Amino acid sequence: MMNTQSMSDSRVTPQVMAPAAVSWSQSFYWSVRRELWENRSIYLAPLTVAGLFLIGFTINLIRLRQKFQSTLAAAEQHPHDLLTTRYELAAALIMGTALIVGIFYSLDALYGERRDRSILFWKSLPISDLTAVLSKVAVPLVILPLVSFVITITTQFFMLLISTVVLAGSGVNMGNLWTEASFFKVSLIILYHLLTVHGLWYAPLYGWFFMVSAWASRAPFIWAFLPPFVISMVEKITFGTPHFASFLLSRLAGPPAPVSMAPGVHMDIMAELIPVNFFSQPGLWTGLLVAAIFVAIAIRLRRYRGPI
Amino acid sequence: MPVIEARGLRKTFGTTMALDGVDLRVEEGRILGLIGPNVAGKTTALSAIMGLTPHEGELKVLGRNPWKERDQLMHDVCFIADVAILPRWLRVSQALDFVAGIHPRFDRAKAEGFLAKTSIRHTSKVRELSKGMVVQLHLSLVMAIDARLLVLDEPTLGLDILYRKQFYDSLLNDYFDRTRTILVTTHQVEEVEHVLTDLMFINGGRIALSCTMEDFELRYTEVTVRQQSIAEARALRPIQERQMLGRTIMLFEGIQREKLAGLGDVRTPSIADLFVALIGNNNAAAQGAA
Repeated sequence: MMNTQSMSDSRVTPQVMAPAAVSWSQSFYWSVRRELWENRSIYLAPLTVAGLFLIGFTINLIRLRQKFQSTLAAAEQHPHDLLTTRYELAAALIMGTALIVGIFYSLDALYGERRDRSILFWKSLPISDLTAVLSKVAVPLVILPLVSFVITITTQFFMLLISTVVLAGSGVNMGNLWTEASFFKVSLIILYHLLTVHGLWYAPLYGWFFMVSAWASRAPFIWAFLPPFVISMVEKITFGTPHFASFLLSRLAGPPAPVSMAPGVHMDIMAELIPVNFFSQPGLWTGLLVAAIFVAIAIRLRRYRGPI
Repeated sequence: MPVIEARGLRKTFGTTMALDGVDLRVEEGRILGLIGPNVAGKTTALSAIMGLTPHEGELKVLGRNPWKERDQLMHDVCFIADVAILPRWLRVSQALDFVAGIHPRFDRAKAEGFLAKTSIRHTSKVRELSKGMVVQLHLSLVMAIDARLLVLDEPTLGLDILYRKQFYDSLLNDYFDRTRTILVTTHQVEEVEHVLTDLMFINGGRIALSCTMEDFELRYTEVTVRQQSIAEARALRPIQERQMLGRTIMLFEGIQREKLAGLGDVRTPSIADLFVALIGNNNAAAQGAA
């Protein structure tokens, strides 16, 4: 009976016969796309910052050119020095924006869907809490670093282009600009930094935000930032020590490796990009373990929590 | 295999008993109306069936434990809730893309067909649609899913009368086909009255009445009693007596219509009237139980 039924169905509409199940990767893919539909700031915010930076950069260059023309200092100006600090500034601005977007995104991800009751819709679809939460976790850990990488590299390319046009004929040797900027090397360093520091080193911070977001029934922002602050203060008052606060700040500052991008540290040393250094740090692995625990709790909470 | 089977279903929130030992069995092809006052436990029961809340007691939906296997179960179960639960930022085209992407039993062409009959545009966001249109959109998505159980929680709440009528019309004409099962809770009892095949009253976490609509018609009779027959009618122990426009109306349970025909005008009570008789008025309920 069942057989004949499905056979007659397939004769009428052969192409519409749906598969029995959708693969996990497909559910995950659509869940991530869903996040990008909802949170367009993931790419719009860094794009806006990059655009504003480029405008500022252009104006800055035009003024520099006027200066060169009046003082004849251009000849001594090394085009590489001219760009390096500005490159770093652009990268730092875009990454900082992505970091802020990531924090706000993570705090709202599992809270907003409960507040607007849309969690009832998502839960009425065949997607597990595991897939749903992991697709959200992927946004700050994978999507945002990749987005900021592409935007940073594109911005830097435009900077090179703009400086070539603006400084043409000003006396600065433009040929050097293109060869010395070592575009490829810088890109590699940025990508490495984004994936290791933003993706892996900060994972426990994002994990904490996701857990708070899944747990809080109001004001997740306060719940995320007040407890660490209070613990630091209580420790300071009780024992007079700043261990907890400095522990948090050292995590924020990035791994104690050369790729920490601290101001003044030059990034153009390929030798220091050896992943072994980064991956041999115990701080990384305890951090990842903590992140996994936070995310596991968030998944469990999402299962129990309904609309607020 | 029954679509829903529950034995001793129990759920407490703190000290409140939301479900107090509910037994439930819904067979395939039925349209069951779950009627009850606001705190009766309807929503809790639906939440348990949808796998949204843990529970005590036995509960199987399509042979699965909904709490443990929600994501698997949702291949075969669809859900529309009272207030619009579609996220406001979602575009109609995105809703179609997403459900098509993740639901193996979703027929996109069918959904587009339903949407074509409405004035909803593909480029609109949910926040730009009226409440009635949001429900139409949700219904279009759900009716295009080849599911076995559809759960409706106050689906027409806050809709104007045109949309409400349309909602059940399209559900019956375009969706229901005897192999599917529908579970609906609503306060607008009169609009599902002629749609239901089964009726269940729930009050204080317990089932107060459970019967098919055929049973309902056989069991309950409402009589507008003539003035001179009032004493005679009372002797038959009506479960409820009320005055309306100066006339006495009595509700009888389990008494054959032929016996009552001599007392006045005989008809089947509305679900709402029976509900008031059994649950709304404690005295009447106590009398009925005695």
